[in-house]
Amino acid sequence: MLLSQHSIDNMKTTSNALFTQKMVKEALSAAFSKLSPKQMYHNPVMFTVEIGTVVMFLVSIYSISQPDQGSFVYNAIVFFVLFLTLLFANFAEAIAEARGKAQAESLRKTREETPAKLLKNDQIQSVSSSSLTKGDLFICEAGDIIPSDGEIIEGLATIDESAITGESAPVIREAGGDKSSVTGGTKVLSDKIKVRVTTQPGESFLDKMIALVEGASRQKSPNEIALTILLAGFTLIFIIVCVSLKPFADYANTPITIAAYISLFVCLIPTTIGGLLSAIGIAGMDRALRANVITKSGKAVETAGDIDVLLLDKTGTITIGNRKATHFYPAPNQKTEDFVEAVVLSSLVDETPEGKSVIELASQIGYTIPKLPMEAKAIPFTAETRASGVDLGNISIRKGAMDSIKNWVEKAGNSFPEEVVERTKSIASNGGTPLVVAQNQQVLGIIELQDIIKTGIQERFERLRKMGVKTVMVTGDNPLTAKYIAQKAGVDDFIAEAKPEDKMNYIKAEQASGKLVAMMGDGTNDAPALAQADVGVAMNSGTAAAKEASNMVDLDNDPTKLIEIVEIGKQLLMTRGTLTTFSIANDVAKYFAIVPALFVASIPALQSLNIMRLHSPESAILSAVIFNAIIIPILIPLALRGVKYRPIGASALLQRNLIVYGLGGVIVPFIGIKLLDMLVSVWF
Amino acid sequence: METDLLGIVATFILTILLAWPLGKYISAIYTGAPHWSDKIFGGIERLFYKIGGINPKLEMTWQESLKALLSINLIWFLFAMFILMNQGWLPWNPDHNPSMSPDLAFNTAVSFLVNCNLQHYSGETGMSYLGQITCLMFLQFVTAATGMAACAVVFKAMREQTSQKLGNFYTYFIQSNTRILLPLALVVAGLLLFEGVPMNIEGKANIHTLEGNAVQVARGPAAAMVAIKQLGTNGGGFFGANSSHPLENPTYWSNAIESISIILIPIAMVFALGFYLNRKKLALVIFGVMTVGFLALIAPALYFEWQGNPAIDHLGVTQTLGNMEGKETRFGTTLSTYWAIITTVTSNGSVNAMHDSLMPLTGMSALLGMMINALYGGVGVGFLNFYVFIIIAVFIAGLMVGRTPELFGKKIEAREMKIATLIALLHPFLILLGTGIATYVAHQKPDIGWLNNPGFHGFSEMLYEYTSSAANNGSGFEGLGDNTPFWNISTGIVLILSRYIPIIGPVAIAGILAKKKHIPSGAGTLQLDTLTFGILMFAVILILVALAFFPALTLGPLAEHFSLK
Amino acid sequence: MKNQLFTAIKLSLACFILLVVIYPLAVLGIAQFTPNKGDVAFVKVRDKIVGARQIGQVFTQNKYFWGRPSAVNYDSGVSGGSNKGPSNPDYIQTVQARRDTFLVHNPSIKASEIPAELLTASGSGLDPHISLQSALVQVARIAKARNHSTEIIQKVVINSLEKSPAGTPFVNVLELNLALDRL
Repeated sequence: MLLSQHSIDNMKTTSNALFTQKMVKEALSAAFSKLSPKQMYHNPVMFTVEIGTVVMFLVSIYSISQPDQGSFVYNAIVFFVLFLTLLFANFAEAIAEARGKAQAESLRKTREETPAKLLKNDQIQSVSSSSLTKGDLFICEAGDIIPSDGEIIEGLATIDESAITGESAPVIREAGGDKSSVTGGTKVLSDKIKVRVTTQPGESFLDKMIALVEGASRQKSPNEIALTILLAGFTLIFIIVCVSLKPFADYANTPITIAAYISLFVCLIPTTIGGLLSAIGIAGMDRALRANVITKSGKAVETAGDIDVLLLDKTGTITIGNRKATHFYPAPNQKTEDFVEAVVLSSLVDETPEGKSVIELASQIGYTIPKLPMEAKAIPFTAETRASGVDLGNISIRKGAMDSIKNWVEKAGNSFPEEVVERTKSIASNGGTPLVVAQNQQVLGIIELQDIIKTGIQERFERLRKMGVKTVMVTGDNPLTAKYIAQKAGVDDFIAEAKPEDKMNYIKAEQASGKLVAMMGDGTNDAPALAQADVGVAMNSGTAAAKEASNMVDLDNDPTKLIEIVEIGKQLLMTRGTLTTFSIANDVAKYFAIVPALFVASIPALQSLNIMRLHSPESAILSAVIFNAIIIPILIPLALRGVKYRPIGASALLQRNLIVYGLGGVIVPFIGIKLLDMLVSVWF
Repeated sequence: METDLLGIVATFILTILLAWPLGKYISAIYTGAPHWSDKIFGGIERLFYKIGGINPKLEMTWQESLKALLSINLIWFLFAMFILMNQGWLPWNPDHNPSMSPDLAFNTAVSFLVNCNLQHYSGETGMSYLGQITCLMFLQFVTAATGMAACAVVFKAMREQTSQKLGNFYTYFIQSNTRILLPLALVVAGLLLFEGVPMNIEGKANIHTLEGNAVQVARGPAAAMVAIKQLGTNGGGFFGANSSHPLENPTYWSNAIESISIILIPIAMVFALGFYLNRKKLALVIFGVMTVGFLALIAPALYFEWQGNPAIDHLGVTQTLGNMEGKETRFGTTLSTYWAIITTVTSNGSVNAMHDSLMPLTGMSALLGMMINALYGGVGVGFLNFYVFIIIAVFIAGLMVGRTPELFGKKIEAREMKIATLIALLHPFLILLGTGIATYVAHQKPDIGWLNNPGFHGFSEMLYEYTSSAANNGSGFEGLGDNTPFWNISTGIVLILSRYIPIIGPVAIAGILAKKKHIPSGAGTLQLDTLTFGILMFAVILILVALAFFPALTLGPLAEHFSLK
Repeated sequence: MKNQLFTAIKLSLACFILLVVIYPLAVLGIAQFTPNKGDVAFVKVRDKIVGARQIGQVFTQNKYFWGRPSAVNYDSGVSGGSNKGPSNPDYIQTVQARRDTFLVHNPSIKASEIPAELLTASGSGLDPHISLQSALVQVARIAKARNHSTEIIQKVVINSLEKSPAGTPFVNVLELNLALDRL
């Protein structure tokens, strides 16, 4: 696993192979060190196996001199297999951690010691990045690696973020606004910025995530705790079963060896899921990280799997970037040339992409773009006027939403043509945005702006719908436009003319009815809503406030990433559920292997229960414990990859998983144990 | 046998047809909305509220309901102990039967208090008429009503979106008595009277038989008790031989009436759930799971009883009627086997054939019915047991579809799982621990004289006794000499624990869930009223029970079966 | 808790009146409309009670039909079955002994003709019935003891036949024997 700091595809290289030689080596040694009872104690299922293993060790030694517990070789093999079971379980956890570590390693590379140009009392000092604390100011110039997460307080720069996102196209970050945040480890390509450090060393998102995937600070999620309780319950049942078997067997005059008792017990308790449980949890975090999402806790990933409602911004998520001008409609009794001229003049001062697209359209239809007259005075867009324009001496041109222009026109006592009203309506209901243009309080015409819906977005929403997630589009557009786009893109609901508090209210209303809401956002004004949402995902490009308020950060700045996060959450739960089912279903075959073996010597009639026709009691017991042990490493890849989620509806999914893991869990061990018995019976 | 088979099929279908409207009626009563039955029973109930100082409108939390339940049970226990230990000198004891020893009184009082009716005495010689009616029959009514009232609290909790208040426990209890148990008991008792079940107050008759032997004929106020013992899944018989006694169950028709009474309310409670929650399909799925389990138990049982005893085949005699040891000629193997299974799945301890003499695998079916203890189950409590299985099934299913498990919009979390796991554990724990101790003693002292049969069957006798106690069933492999302090006290303890904890647990879970925020069901919600979920519930029940009891069953019925040649 | 105990006592009292006083009295009232007024149906021969119709009794004489073995010897002051398990060797010996006794008393009958029902104890120990088959294997013995033709005895059996609504035909042993005595 060699990862260079600037390796663009660092994430991808690791995700192809499930694990590398180095990871296996690391995990193997960890598997031994995890045998410490202090660590095992946290996993009640495997802890009881450890106790059983110790007992078998003592029994093996005892059986060297005393024959009444069976031969030494037999006991030693049982001990060895149990020991292997423990190692396999530990290995599963260790390999998941190793994979996480490898991920973390590549992330950590980005935060290796880099020199920082600390700004202190207007003087630049060169210090190590690790000595930066929250609130410090530093300077970065072209070619510098940004030493820490921070917020630009002065300047603008192009930045290569490929080290953390894998995306090679440089991005622009500037002071003020929603694009002021920079991430440590990224590289400044041009210009110079002054940055304020926003996190303490070791407390950044990345640091938290590294700790999570390494398993060090992993806390059990509520679902995992509940499952652990159920598994502990199963373990207790089998303790009772095995303890009570002693007087039962004595009554039936059937001596049972300690090896047989312990084998029965270990085979019955859910060691498969018990051994893989923490690996599944770590792998879930790891999968999130592979999707370039940094999560603050395992709980957040699981909650994502339960999401009912997803709030998405229209722009950038459902539609490509910005709207484009597609049509000019002159008002009745107005010449097209006059109208277009006014439009172009007003747009020349307009730096927004929309403004540029107007110029583009004008030149496309054959209009020569003039130079902006010197006396032109730009009138910027404000939330109050909801219109922008230009003043040229005594000519003033305004373009904006219909009602604001109408207001302006009618205040001067001029009439607002009915045809224009009609036209704006028809544009809006086709998903366009009408911009009315007026000159000196006289309506000239309408510009039609159109949104371009991203290709493939409908399929993604359809997939979410099948998962049971309701999608809600948030847009500043008027309701008619919003409705059209919502229908076209296939979202379930929309919030039109949205103000920041509308998002908040919508989230609160959904939550009040008991639903779990996820939201993606990037701006500072999204922060309260991100905090309110059950799952808040901030773009990495977003502001520090937004990232702080959310419980996940998407390094790719991909607004549809939530689909993957929801699937990862579901996968996590499903992997636990299916392996639990598999583990418990296995018991049926193990019973049929071991129980006849326990009694057949003194009750020959019970040979009828030996439906697998296993060779001898010893071979039956050995086959069962060996199967029990090797099923753990066999299932490690599944535990790490996760059970595939299919959006086919809950009942169909349950049916599928019941057949594969439930019925499969009953049948597989019958075959496995029989095959092992054929092998073992050569010696026993 | 074919016609007998048709007979039990018809009986079963008739029971379902009766249970459906009864379920609707029960649901209407627990809903508390105005109902036509108010006109008939409202007056008596108002009197009850007045005497008890109860405000029927006052809703209670689940904790208050449980406190009320436990307090009233404590009163009944003290009352029962007094009667049983003093019946010898108390009035209405025409046969001068003695008072009970303290340990037998404890066992009997507890066993009737918990709706189990394990009888370590014989009615004809062990009870006065006063004891039979004022103590035992009284408890047969009120303990059944207790179970139903606890079930009503859980119903209410399942229906509420978010609430702490789960109805008035006393109201549920009183109405279960006045509107459900009492009217049904009157009807059943009336029908039984005309089939020849006695109801008089005279003591035993002394007569000389045709061949001139002097014998006694026991009689007494049996019909009133027989009706409620069946309806309330109690099973404690008036006579020692219970419903195999020709006076307690004289004819084919009396047998049919009693068979219907045994599973009528347990099935009706499942349908009531469907009406109450307005989820009829779910009720049908649950009923389907229970019925498949029931059929899976009865099919092998019928087969092995019809086959007869291979050891008797070796004597060269004909066994066309099947295994008739312990059975009555008027019922034959088919009706007896049907009875054995419907009683063991419903925690009704009555028998019309001696279970000790059933074929080994028939005995295993009976044992399994009690080990599951939720295929229909006891009145009220049967559903409470099933509720625990639902919780576990929902939890596993939720994980398997990748969603935090939820039951009717309430998330199932660690606390609920803890309680559900504990309840699921308790049953095998009590059975295996009890049997373990008993087998240890029996092994150490082979001449202790408990067992009527040697070997594997003897083991089954002990296993059956604790299983029956833990399931609050009450039937027994009666060859077991169980009227000793060891058995009276140990089964008494098992009875108490396995009655109250499995009531407290589900009521607590339901109460906790009711308080939680309700999540409306969406496209990602797992629907519970599907075949798939039904199969999962069945698998959960099967696996939990099979895994816990397989070794014990191997050393008992299975070993006996395979060595029976 | 104290309040709840008081409520419990008062409520129990109300239940007691309804369930233990009113309900049994009501059943007792209905009983008065039944043929035996709630009592056991006794059978009289010349005004002397010789048994109860529903309760079986011991018959050992060759001239009477025998009922099934009884664990309580048909003393209906008590009741109960043998509670023998199917694998119990003592039990199998007992059945074998019963078979041999039967064969001694019924020399014309082969073992394979004896229904096991006649050799196995009933549940109550008071079973008043035997199956038609069990009655027919005894016909030859009774015909010989009573000096009647087997046809006549057979006819008595057929006439006493009770048929359950859906099942095996059986006869009431006491009534059958009373019918024999009336021959």
